[in-house]
Amino acid sequence: MKTPNKPKHNRLLPHPILTMVLWIIWLLLNNTLAPGHIVLGFILAITIPLLTTSFWPEKITLSNPWVIFKFFWVVIGDILIANIIVAKLILGPNRRLKPGFFLIELEVQHPLGISILANTISLTPGTVSCDVTADRKYLKVHALHLENKTDTIQQIKQRYEMPLIKVFESC
Amino acid sequence: MLENILAIFILIGAFFTLVGSIGLIKLPDFYMRLHGPTKATTLGVGSILVASAIYFSQSDSGISAHEVLVTLFLFITAPISAHLMAKAALHIQTPQSQKTQQK
Repeated sequence: MKTPNKPKHNRLLPHPILTMVLWIIWLLLNNTLAPGHIVLGFILAITIPLLTTSFWPEKITLSNPWVIFKFFWVVIGDILIANIIVAKLILGPNRRLKPGFFLIELEVQHPLGISILANTISLTPGTVSCDVTADRKYLKVHALHLENKTDTIQQIKQRYEMPLIKVFESC
Repeated sequence: MLENILAIFILIGAFFTLVGSIGLIKLPDFYMRLHGPTKATTLGVGSILVASAIYFSQSDSGISAHEVLVTLFLFITAPISAHLMAKAALHIQTPQSQKTQQK
């Protein structure tokens, strides 16, 4: 499955983003900015991607960092609002709940994009992603209280899927 | 002043964790019960971690950033476990509440 214009792997830094993330995580784990840990973290951040490069067949590039930043805050805000709504639903009587399954047609194609979308849907209270169909076309979601199916789907597509499409379209 | 803010954060966290646990007991079927824990981990643990980060940044020397990592790991792992449980439940056809609307 080699496409001609696929970005070539850099020999020393096959996954620059992974390297950065590992470096930051190492410093956070040790809760320090001591020079020794900065160097040690850097060495680990270089060697670990080299050793595990076969687990990461595709190079992941992030275009549009601004979109990711905005997406992050939208999700945080939605988690706050949805938490309050769902807390009310749980404390209210069971008979008022209308649970239901629904399918979302996936427009985002990149596997990482799909997993982030499924992850976001599960993180926002009230919806849990249950299954992806084998052809990666639909995502099955369970909702605690499904008032209007088309509205819910529309909201998920607009708020979460659109930014993910923008971020991953170039991959 | 600071103590009051911390107390508010911890109380909010405790409240949402409690609501998550109540949901785990009282909701009628497996799929609905799954919604309880996801909520407890997001806002419940989230605001307790905010309180912890503020407190330890204040009292110890330097900023405490462990909480950022805890949040990150929780936000990655909790939805995955929920997803896998739901997928397994669908696979073995765990009974659903009568009212459940199908796609």
